[in-house]
Amino acid sequence: MNPLNNAASPDASVLTNGSGAAAILSAGIGSFALAVLACAGDKLEAVKNSLIFYKPTGPLSGVTTTAILIWLVAWGILEWRWRNRTVGVGLISVIALGLLGLSLMLTFPPVVDLF
Amino acid sequence: MEITARALWTLVHGLGFGALYLLACSGALVQIYRLTTSAAPLESTPGQERFLKFYLCAMCVLAWVAVLTGAYVIYPWYRATPPPGTTDLSIFPQRLLMSSPATVGWHSLGMEWKEHVAWFAPISITMVTFVLIRYGRDLRNHQQLRSAVLSFAVISFVSAGSAGFFGAMINKYAPVQGGPTIQLIQGEEK
Repeated sequence: MNPLNNAASPDASVLTNGSGAAAILSAGIGSFALAVLACAGDKLEAVKNSLIFYKPTGPLSGVTTTAILIWLVAWGILEWRWRNRTVGVGLISVIALGLLGLSLMLTFPPVVDLF
Repeated sequence: MEITARALWTLVHGLGFGALYLLACSGALVQIYRLTTSAAPLESTPGQERFLKFYLCAMCVLAWVAVLTGAYVIYPWYRATPPPGTTDLSIFPQRLLMSSPATVGWHSLGMEWKEHVAWFAPISITMVTFVLIRYGRDLRNHQQLRSAVLSFAVISFVSAGSAGFFGAMINKYAPVQGGPTIQLIQGEEK
């Protein structure tokens, strides 16, 4: 038996996993939002223009600022909902890592050029 | 020995913040890997725990400062548009790279990817830091959380490494230059 997972051990968990799961999933959501916004800004002129928050930096300023806001809002909501709950963190981690993997692909220019 | 203000900023961004983050990240990866794979609980003193928290927070600061200086200080110089009729593109790195088929890929693939992928590093490491600080010793009871944290830390390292690689190569072919010249050491004529 793995002592790390032994619920009867003296080190039994006092914190639920909800808070950690919220942080993990929101990081995946934030990264994916950044990738989708970057891809949309690259393909659609109207989106690109609307993402110019700071002219010298161009659309990158809007892409990153909006993605960070989405990440923090998602984190806040998930933390509020899951803080004291035990959730299926295995599935949540897979989803979060899947979103992060998609984000890496969606920002890679040869993949973006396929759309 | 002198350096331009823009070159100095690029040096601070890449070597100061970026490279230091990569070094710190490699150390953190070892510690997180030990935490994740160790069968027996890793005992640490309160002092060691405080140091780990400080180390992780410092990594977060480095990662965020690296991307923010990159996006808001260096990148505007990189993507600046030259006035019509400009033939010397040496202070317009993006246009210099795009002016030759031999170098255009450093912009169209290198910079286009780097400017976005770099942001996954601070987002990921902020999450890793939050989870490690919030759970502390209790993390030993959450194996799946530990595994996810390790995966995100690896991706943070890879993202920062990719951005750093392309940044170094782009600066080799089209260095960010210009601005006031700063004299570092007065040389002697031979």
